[in-house]
Amino acid sequence: MDFTININNKKLAASKGETILEVMNRNGIKVPTLCHIKDAFPTGACRMCVVEDEKTGKLITSCSFPAEPDMHIQTHSARVVESRKTIIELLLSNHPDDCLYCVRNKNCELQDLSEELHVTERRIRGVKNKANLDLSSASIVRDPEKCILCGRCVYTCEEVMGVACIDFINRGNKSVIGTAFHQGLNTSSCINCGQCIMVCPTGALTEKNHFAQIQEALNNPKKRVVVQYAPSITVSMAEELGMKPGVDINGILNAALRKVGFDHIFDSSFSADLTIMEESAELIHRIQNGGTLPMITSCCPGWVKYAEEFVPEFIPNLSSCKSPQQMMGAIIKSYFADQENLKPSDIYSVAIMPCTAKKFEAQREEMTREGISDVDAVLTTRELAKFLKLFGVDMFNIKPELVDSPLGFRSTAGKLFGASGGVMEAAIRTAYHSITGKEMVDFQVSAVRGFEGRKETKLDIDGLELGVAVVNGMANAVKLLDEIKGGRKDIHFVEIMACPGGCIGGGGQHIGTSEEQLKARMAALYRIDETERIKVSHKNPEIIDLYNNFLEKPLGHKSHELLHTTYHAREVVK
Amino acid sequence: MSDNNMMHQTSLIAKVQHVFSKDTELSLPEFTARYTRKQIEKPVIFIGAGTCGLGAGAAKTLAQTRLYLENNHIDAEVVEVGCIGLCSAEPLLDIQLPGLNRISFQKITAEKVDAVLKSVFNLEMPEEAEVLGQFPGETSRRWDGVPNLMEHPFFAPQTRVVLKNCGIVNPVSIEEYIALGGYASYLQLLTDNTSSEVCDLVEQSGLRGRGGGGFPTGKKWKFAHNTPADQKYLICNADEGDPGAFMDRAVIEGDPHRLIEGMAIAAYGIGATKAYVYIRAEYPLAIKRLDVALKQARELGVLGKNIFGSGIDFDIKVKMGAGAFVCGEETALINSIEGKRGMPRPRPPFPAVSGLFGKPTIINNVETLSSLPEIFASGIAKYQSIGTEFSKGTKVFALSGKVTLTGLVEVPMGTTIRQVIFDIAGGIPNGKKFKSVQIGGPSGGCITEANLDIQIEYESLLKIGAMMGSGGLVVMDEDTCMVDVAKFFMDFIQRESCGKCIPCREGTKRMLEILESITHKPKDGSQYETLERFKGIMQLEKLGKVIKETSLCGLGQTAPNPVLSTLKWFRHEYEEHIFDRKCPANVCTELRVFKIDVDKCTGCTVCAKKCPTDAIIGSRKAPHFIVEEKCISCGNCFDVCKFDAILIS
Repeated sequence: MDFTININNKKLAASKGETILEVMNRNGIKVPTLCHIKDAFPTGACRMCVVEDEKTGKLITSCSFPAEPDMHIQTHSARVVESRKTIIELLLSNHPDDCLYCVRNKNCELQDLSEELHVTERRIRGVKNKANLDLSSASIVRDPEKCILCGRCVYTCEEVMGVACIDFINRGNKSVIGTAFHQGLNTSSCINCGQCIMVCPTGALTEKNHFAQIQEALNNPKKRVVVQYAPSITVSMAEELGMKPGVDINGILNAALRKVGFDHIFDSSFSADLTIMEESAELIHRIQNGGTLPMITSCCPGWVKYAEEFVPEFIPNLSSCKSPQQMMGAIIKSYFADQENLKPSDIYSVAIMPCTAKKFEAQREEMTREGISDVDAVLTTRELAKFLKLFGVDMFNIKPELVDSPLGFRSTAGKLFGASGGVMEAAIRTAYHSITGKEMVDFQVSAVRGFEGRKETKLDIDGLELGVAVVNGMANAVKLLDEIKGGRKDIHFVEIMACPGGCIGGGGQHIGTSEEQLKARMAALYRIDETERIKVSHKNPEIIDLYNNFLEKPLGHKSHELLHTTYHAREVVK
Repeated sequence: MSDNNMMHQTSLIAKVQHVFSKDTELSLPEFTARYTRKQIEKPVIFIGAGTCGLGAGAAKTLAQTRLYLENNHIDAEVVEVGCIGLCSAEPLLDIQLPGLNRISFQKITAEKVDAVLKSVFNLEMPEEAEVLGQFPGETSRRWDGVPNLMEHPFFAPQTRVVLKNCGIVNPVSIEEYIALGGYASYLQLLTDNTSSEVCDLVEQSGLRGRGGGGFPTGKKWKFAHNTPADQKYLICNADEGDPGAFMDRAVIEGDPHRLIEGMAIAAYGIGATKAYVYIRAEYPLAIKRLDVALKQARELGVLGKNIFGSGIDFDIKVKMGAGAFVCGEETALINSIEGKRGMPRPRPPFPAVSGLFGKPTIINNVETLSSLPEIFASGIAKYQSIGTEFSKGTKVFALSGKVTLTGLVEVPMGTTIRQVIFDIAGGIPNGKKFKSVQIGGPSGGCITEANLDIQIEYESLLKIGAMMGSGGLVVMDEDTCMVDVAKFFMDFIQRESCGKCIPCREGTKRMLEILESITHKPKDGSQYETLERFKGIMQLEKLGKVIKETSLCGLGQTAPNPVLSTLKWFRHEYEEHIFDRKCPANVCTELRVFKIDVDKCTGCTVCAKKCPTDAIIGSRKAPHFIVEEKCISCGNCFDVCKFDAILIS
């Protein structure tokens, strides 16, 4: 600490370069913020964090103002509180008052702040701006009327994801956040990652909801309704239920889904194992036959769409494997349907995903066979919590149950898919075995674990030098791709996840997920890997059965038909 | 002129002759005589062809002049000059005949050209045209009975520093600028002074930012000068957007080289090698003339690499703004140059430390920069002697509104507003009573009769709730409604807000709505509505305070000023609007109540036919009546009645 500053008549230590807000946060003084994003350059848009500088008599924004020696700051003087309250009242004067009908009811920063600042009277009235909902996207719904223009989504879309499909448009009171030429989100360069939803303080950005279709299927006696859930779901549901982060609720989740009325419950970690079988075989095939390298994973639908739009030159690098969601969907409507003597059209297949882009992926044309989608509906983690409530499931008073078999048993390698680096680690374990015929001595590949935006390492598999890179957060991926375009040849396999931290930080997760929570989820996945016995995909007995009974071998004829796909360059407004 | 300065002048002239391949080698006195037009060989006709002149018809005057000369086989030079300041007298046409003083005529539209030229070429005073005055020469003969132009009541009280050459010289002739001493100050500073000395000198001169805030210019430069960086920038803010302000346009159109020299001096002081002129695209003529002047300066080598062997590099780029008022705000302007949306950034960091592309950047306004050449040419002491203790030098004002002479005036600081409006601009026309003057545009406030004798200085204006601003003076007479004025500025500002910060974006809209509810006809006249309106006016003050205190940038922080200042000085007008539902100036159309004088009405039915809401009833040839509930106060009936039978109350 370099000097002291005086906040609310108390001396507090501060470092050079620290903002007043940072000093306050360290010392348990809470001032409201709306536009503030940790570590981002402050925009100073919302003015909620103003504090009184007693020396100049001015109100200054604590998020942007550096602490200076001998400053005298009042954080909750009458003048400051009245200003904050007026700002909230101004926002409310141009906000549709439909909290009761809003998805974000009781989970809204604007609502919280108006309560905190004791807004109990409609003092400021005015004409409210009108705008249409944008329902065009398969994944994301925009409601500009609820937007308070804090700009967090714009920042995230541009700086974190490198997409920039939304920005401020118009001036003054007519300002809105929108897409180029006010076209629907579906024709913009949006990759459906949903990170904008994660930072939205209000209900202006939400996921497209599939409740009605799922309920209809559940009520249809002719439909066999099956459900799969992604590896990260069991470790990221906890916050939605009010439990502490990082708790694995796998068993409870199985029971809950059965209570809702799903006929079969499958684990996408199983199909993650299947993905590894195919993907590691594809990697070895490419290396041995001079295929396009580096091979890049294709599990993340956000990244896949990004590649199709922004870097189509990398399409040949993309693994032709479908994502685990789609592999599971395809196997359900073929192998499983055969076993149960069902037609594919008799099955309604639901996927629970940490991701909004999965909603888009499920309705891609490539993901259908004879006009029938492999996956019919996708629920995010957030939606699942609401869905369970709708069906009266008391998560705190049910007994854990097992997942259904077949298509339910998983190795821990498949489970690792939930965190950034997981696909890579799982693929390395199986590729090692394929090349050497032996298992690795230590399965843990620490170099690709963790929360950093980019992780790289070199592996020596029986003399075969393999360079691997793992990136999460699209903006980080762009930098790596630029290096590869610039001529880097030392990387053979790349894992790209669009969202920071991988699927545990997906756009369908709990709103307001902090870095600490992400780390807790990541730790939970690693704990599962440590404690369970089967740590490699190729040792998953149900995977072995599936190949023996149905698929024959990785990259075989059936695999090609069911588990692999193609990509195409997309023309969008950029 | 110092010896050193004279030396520079001579070397500049040699350079001019070299660059522009002039055949004859002229000495300094010969060069000066030619390009200041002390001695001319053929007649010269000067036409005020700034934007104001062109608006008044100068293009046609110009064409007609050329046609006349051609038809009459007269060999004369026609020069397009900028605006001399007296915009209401445009188009101005000056004629200088060899051996005679240059004489200036006002309001010379195309049809008057032939008569004026014919008379003047015959050495007679034209009958039709009004002569403004003459420019006395050292050796040339006077026109009898014609006063000196600078003794004209409009010009006499002025001190022209920034506008010195405007409307007098050819703006796109670097020779004329040099002949009048131009660029010598810059070259002298380059050889004689270090950059920190230049900052010191400017600080000593007392020059303060003319863009509005009035921050000491030299002090501001030092922030950038003292911040180490591999690249520093200078930006000239020519994004003049205030309604009623046109000083910058006139300066660039009339004397672009003065701005270029000022920028070169500033850049040297702060250590910038690159500069931008951020100018609004709505000023095409200014941009054109600036481009020509920049080209000339580059050819001559006062811009470019290793300027006159000093080892200093400097060049200027012109960047056009797309018409957003907020881009006049420093940080929004920087964003705009960087290619981003024109939205302000929080400060600190200040641009002087981290500005354009993250580099130390100084942003000065056109008038500030254009003051510099003269400050150094006539000496710091001379400049310090102009103005008051804390506000030195002169200020250019753009006069508009209900005032006899409109245009640009440059007066020493310390002049009173009364002198500017009544002595220089001739007071209020049509015998009307003065009501108020809006100073500083949408960021400023109004000054009433009671404060007219206040001296123009940064501090004194702030004390009465107004501000210097960029220099727009909009004069209002008794026919102006102050609530309507406040509404106009509020409407302007809420449309021009960038939309980034909440108080400005939402608050200004709400303030406008309250003003609208006051000036509109009550919807149902219920007590509830009256109560709401009454609450509204209390809210205006409260909202205004929060917007001022919490907004991100200068635009928002000053946005409520017009409302707060009119509320302060003209509260009774607001109250009349609210309680009596009357607009005392009869401006707020919706509040007018129309009645028909039954004695005067002839029953012609014209008003009833024109009434858009069928609010007028009555049978033919019998007096008509207005149904008040139906009337929307549009005033159609009043306009069409030939018998003055419609009364407004």
